[in-house]
Parts: sequence; C-alpha cells; structure tokens
Amino acid sequence: MEKENNNSSRRNFLRLGALGGIALAGTAIAKAVTDESPKTTGKKVKVLTADGKLIEVDSSLVDHHASNDKFSKEEVRQGIEGKKFIRVIDLAKCANERKCVEGCQKAHNYLAPVEYIKVKKMQNSALESPYWFPTMCYHCDNPPCTKVCPVDATFKRSDGIVAMDYDRCIGCKFCMAACPYSARTFNFGRPEQIKFTEEHGKDTSDPNHCATPYAQEGTVAKCDFCTDRSAKGLLPACVVECPNGAILHGDELEDVVTNGEDTFRLKKLLQDRGAYRQFEELGTKPRVYYLPPVARNFPFEDATEAHNTKE
Amino acid sequence: MSKEKNIAESTKYETFTQEEYMVMKDDLLRPIEKTGKWGKIWIAFLTVIFLAGVIAYYLQESLGKSVTTGLSDYTMWGVYISNFLFLVALSLSSVFMSAVLKLTHFEWYRPLSRIADVISLSSITMAGICIMISMGRPDRLYFLIIHGRIQSPIVWDIIVVATYFAACVLVLFIALIPSLSTCKNHLTNLPKWQLKMYEILSFGWKGTAEQWKILKKTVNILTVLVIPLGIALRTVSAWLFSTTLRPEWDSTNFGAYFVSGSALLTVAVMIIAVYAFRKIYDLKKYLTNMHFDKMGQAMVLFGFVYAYFNINEYLVPAYKMSSLHANHLLNLFVGEDALFYWLVVLFGIAVPCILPMFKKLRKPFTLTLIAVAVLIAGWFKFYLIVIPGLSHPLLPIQDVPPSWAHYTPSTIEMTIVAATIAGIMLLVTVFSKYFPIISVWEVAEGKLEGKEEIINYK
Repeated sequence: MEKENNNSSRRNFLRLGALGGIALAGTAIAKAVTDESPKTTGKKVKVLTADGKLIEVDSSLVDHHASNDKFSKEEVRQGIEGKKFIRVIDLAKCANERKCVEGCQKAHNYLAPVEYIKVKKMQNSALESPYWFPTMCYHCDNPPCTKVCPVDATFKRSDGIVAMDYDRCIGCKFCMAACPYSARTFNFGRPEQIKFTEEHGKDTSDPNHCATPYAQEGTVAKCDFCTDRSAKGLLPACVVECPNGAILHGDELEDVVTNGEDTFRLKKLLQDRGAYRQFEELGTKPRVYYLPPVARNFPFEDATEAHNTKE
Repeated sequence: MSKEKNIAESTKYETFTQEEYMVMKDDLLRPIEKTGKWGKIWIAFLTVIFLAGVIAYYLQESLGKSVTTGLSDYTMWGVYISNFLFLVALSLSSVFMSAVLKLTHFEWYRPLSRIADVISLSSITMAGICIMISMGRPDRLYFLIIHGRIQSPIVWDIIVVATYFAACVLVLFIALIPSLSTCKNHLTNLPKWQLKMYEILSFGWKGTAEQWKILKKTVNILTVLVIPLGIALRTVSAWLFSTTLRPEWDSTNFGAYFVSGSALLTVAVMIIAVYAFRKIYDLKKYLTNMHFDKMGQAMVLFGFVYAYFNINEYLVPAYKMSSLHANHLLNLFVGEDALFYWLVVLFGIAVPCILPMFKKLRKPFTLTLIAVAVLIAGWFKFYLIVIPGLSHPLLPIQDVPPSWAHYTPSTIEMTIVAATIAGIMLLVTVFSKYFPIISVWEVAEGKLEGKEEIINYK
C-alpha cells in the first residue's frame, strides 16, 4: 500500500518536471524568435543623414536615441548605479541671460511662465551688491518634499536625484508647500500648455531633449537634473545652454563637475572657493552648491524687462 | 462657574412628570410633522446653492484648474484648504458643545448636544469633500490606499478624518435610538416609508432597563472617545502646515492654537444654530435665555484662550522679527493685508473676548449678532493663515505673471466654498425635519434631577 503510494507520487513528480521542462523550452524559443525580428515602435524620430538631410525614421532603427531608452518603473525609482549627481553654480558668472530657463523649457517641452530653473535677483543687505541667483530643485539629501508625499510619487533615488512619478501623483500639492525653495510647479491644465503638449509632447528634435516629459495635468513637476541625459553622461539642458558656463554639473563619486568647457575637481572647487548651500540651517542638505559672487566676470545689470507677464 | 451651575440646577429643574413629558415630546416632535412654506423655500434655496457648487466642480474638472481657479505655483492651496480648516473647526462642536459639557456635568448641555452632534457630522462630511475638491487628480484617490505611506501627514489626515466621521455618526446615532422609537410611536400622520425608517433605525428599541443601561454606557464611552479624537483631528490638520519648513507655519504651538480657535468657533456656530432653531421651531421653553447666557460665558473663556495662542503665534515672533518671519509678519501688520488682518483680529478675537462679558449682550439676539461676526472673522482667519503664508516664501517671488503673485479666489472656487457651507446647513435642516433636533430623552433625563428611575417612553 505504502509502496504504491510512493510510486504514484514519484510518477506525478516526474510528469510535472517534464511539463515544466517543455514550458521552459517553449518560452525560451518564443523569446529567441521575437528577439530576432526588430519590433517597429511606430514612433517616428528625426535623424540627420550623412548628406545633411533631415528624415523621419522609425525609432527602432536608431540606436541610443533618447526616446528609445524607456526606463522601467523600477529603474526610474532606483537611480543609476555608481553615480551621485551634484551641481555647483558659480554666481560670479551668471548674467541673467535666461538661456538656461529657455533651454530647460525646450528640452522638457513646457511653456513659460512655468520655470524649473529660475533666475532671481538677490541682495543680502543694502551695502552689498545685488547678484543673479539661478535656483531650481536642489535634489536635497534630506528632502522635505518626499517626506510628506502620501503616495511615494516623489522619491529620492540612489544617484541623488529627487524624482517624480507622474503616474502616481495625486495632486495634493503638499510637496509644494513643504519645499522651502518653491522649486516645484503644478500643471493646472493651462489650455496653451495642453495644446503644446499634444503637438510637441513627443518632439525629440531638440538636441538637449530630455526623456522626462512635462507633468500630466493635475500633477506636480520640477527639475529632474535631466535624468536620462545625466544617466548617459550628457549634460542637462540648462548646463549646455548657459553661455557663461555658470552651471557646473557632475558626479560626487567621481569628484568632478563640468560646464562642458571647463572641468573641476569638485571637492577642491568647493573648498577653495568658499562654496555654500542655500538655507543650510534648514537641514535639507541640498545637492546644489553655490560659489559666492566674487571677482565677477561682468558688473551687475538690472533686468529691464519682465519676462513672464502673460499668465 | 461651578457655583453658578449648582444654583441653576437646583432652581431650574423640577421633578418631572409623565404629563410634562407628553407636552415636551409634542413640542420637540412638532417640527417633523409639518414643514411650512418658508421651510420649503429655505431648503430649496440651500439645494440650489449646493447644486451650483456641484456644477462649479464639474466645470473645474472639465475646463481645468488653470482657467477656473485663481491658484498658481506659489499659492497652490487656496480657499479650498482654508475652508477645509474652517469646516474642521466647526466639526469639533460635538467635542466642545456636547462631550466636554456632558463629562463635566454642565447640565445645560442636554438640549444642545444633538444640535452640536449634527453640526459636527455635517461639517466633517463637507470637510472631507473639500479635500477631494482641492486634489489635482481626484481620479487617483484610491492611490492613498494602495500606495499610502504612513509618514505623510496627508495620510494621517485621511485616517483621522475618516475615524472622526465614523465617531460622529455613532455619537449622533446611538443617542438617537430612543428618539426614533418616540417618533415611531407618536408620529402617525407621516408617509409610510418614514415610519418604516424609524422602525428599522430604532433596532427594536423597547426601552427596557437593560437596553437603557447598554445605551447609556455606550453613550458615555463615545463621549469620552470623541474628545481625544476631535483634538487629534484638529491637531493633525494643523500639522499639515507646521510639518513644513515655511517660517509662518513652523510653530510648535500650531496644534493647540488650532484647537483653541476651533473651540471659539464651535461656540459661535452653536449660538447661531440654537438661535435659529429656537426661533423657527418655537423651542424657547427648551433653548432658554440661560443657554445664551452660558454660551456667552463660554465664548469669553474660549476667546481668551484663543487670544493667548494668537499672542504666542504672532507677537512673540514679531518681537524678534527674524528676517525669516519679517516678510510675512510685516505684510500682515502694516503691509498689504494689514486692514484685512486687523479686522479679523478685531472681530475674531477682541469682540468675542470683550462684548459677551456684559450680561446685557448675552441675550439671544445680541449674542447671535456677535457670533455671526466671530464666525465670519473665523473663516477669514484661516484664509490669512493659508494664503499670505504661501505668497511669502523664503525665496522671493520674482518675474511672474501678476496673478501668480497675488491670489484671488475665482467665482468657481467661491461657489464651491459657498456650496460646502450651504451643504452643512442643508444637512442640518433636513436632519431636523426627520429627527427631533433636541434629544427628548436627554432633556427628560435632566428633569429627573438625578433620580435613577428610567422612564419608558411610550
């Protein structure tokens, strides 16, 4: 009786194993077959041919195109291994030319008056001289915004970036209240922006294009350090566009920051030039450092025009 | 105050007889039996405002908040949030105007407790709706459950609002059971469904000694529970602000400050509600001048507590005038919002502290006028806590469209806010048309003058 039972259970086990084996082989074959034939994504991208013509081809035919690099949800949350992005802004070099602002708007396909990066006129006291102060999300190491998010739609990644998940955000705007730097912006669904997103949302033609799109209506957006560009070793749009090289972007682990022209050792730069972080006393530990506006490249000129007059 | 209470008790409450009970019951059930022309107009009026709010919300969601609201990246929380704080304040009526009085044996709570409980339940309902209206993506509300993270004060708020809502339902309903039975037995010329509703909701209440024992025990437990819950609700809604790094909200006082403000506002709202019910339903015998006298005294007390917290909140930082606070405080004291701020201080703090100190002003009509002023100032006070706080961030606002620097609520926003207020009044009115707004048995029990005997209300 006992023997028979044992036998039958062993037979069952074998049968199960055989079935499992077939299933495994089946999936492997299926995978191999699908891998062979390139899938057309249906997404058109503009490329420049050798003879200087701009043509549209399917994005699957192009290697390493920003629109092809679809990071999975998990990857977006984790961050890039072995990186710790950091930024240094040299206030002596900022002349409020607003190229960073416009470059950012173009790269992320959003319209003024929304600005991920803003340039503010600051003056610490009457006797001191005013200076231009570019400000953006500081990707704090102790971010007050991610603390208060009720659904983990904004989170700190291992590479230092404070990122947003627009598919998760419920639009409570608590992160905006929590941010002492007013770095965050909300998509209130401005008709011009909706139209623009429809027309240009998938436009990747900008050389500084960043794969992170502008926020969906009803969610919060902010500077993302051009996540995908940073990952590929490309500089974010604002850094590329700054004509004076005021914004230095880099990697803390490599101990290097660059504006595309000049490259510096991060620690040495911070130590030699008296770097500081905005509102250090708040304990947010920003990942953006400022070099004080000393030995300026040009005298301070007040802005004569207001840029964002239209709502 | 306690000495006064003893005198009042020994002189006011006489031994209670069955005949008196019959009279009382008739008085208190009368509003259910018939609704006059003005009652119908009033209900229709409130319904229209409420529906206007529903339409406004539909417009807001279909046209987009950019077009329909005055909100911007700096003042991204507008009147919806300040109104939410106001409604949460009112929802503590059950705590301050019923539970606290009940536990400390202020016998005059008896005819007030149900009014307070109904206001609480209606306010917390509308407050909950108010948070959802201010959300950018209401379609993702369920994310709070599937992705909710306990470290976020928003999640605390959702939990405490839901819990307090449940508590309010229980507090109101459990004490209502004997009244439902009274309705069932004494109101005959009503539609069938209504009588059926009383029968179902009274859960076979017979009024046996054992049932009374269970009921009173339950009511006692709920009375004790609703106080910490209410305080938690109010405190958590203050923490939505004080857990941020903005200097004008960054205060360890904030929870207590909000609780004290809400105590004052519940007195004000109760005075108005009691005045209205007494006048319209002709309940002068139950809602007496004595109640106004007591509520006027309570207003002075809570007014001073609130003033104390205001001094801590505004004058202490103003004494130091650190550059973090200066921007915001100077704007309130001498800047753009100065007139607004000082009017709110006058009507919201000075008036309730000083005027009801005079016995002559603690008469129903004058006290109600004072309460209206206090309530309106209270609404604006929350506006002044939320909006100027947001429009004076640490880094200066520069180079933005004019509408971004100065928030003005849009018509749609104000319609929705009006709808939430109308919603409260509608819920309270409709409730009073189906259920006795004064707890018959609690008043009767008061008249028993501490005797243990329980009457079987048949």
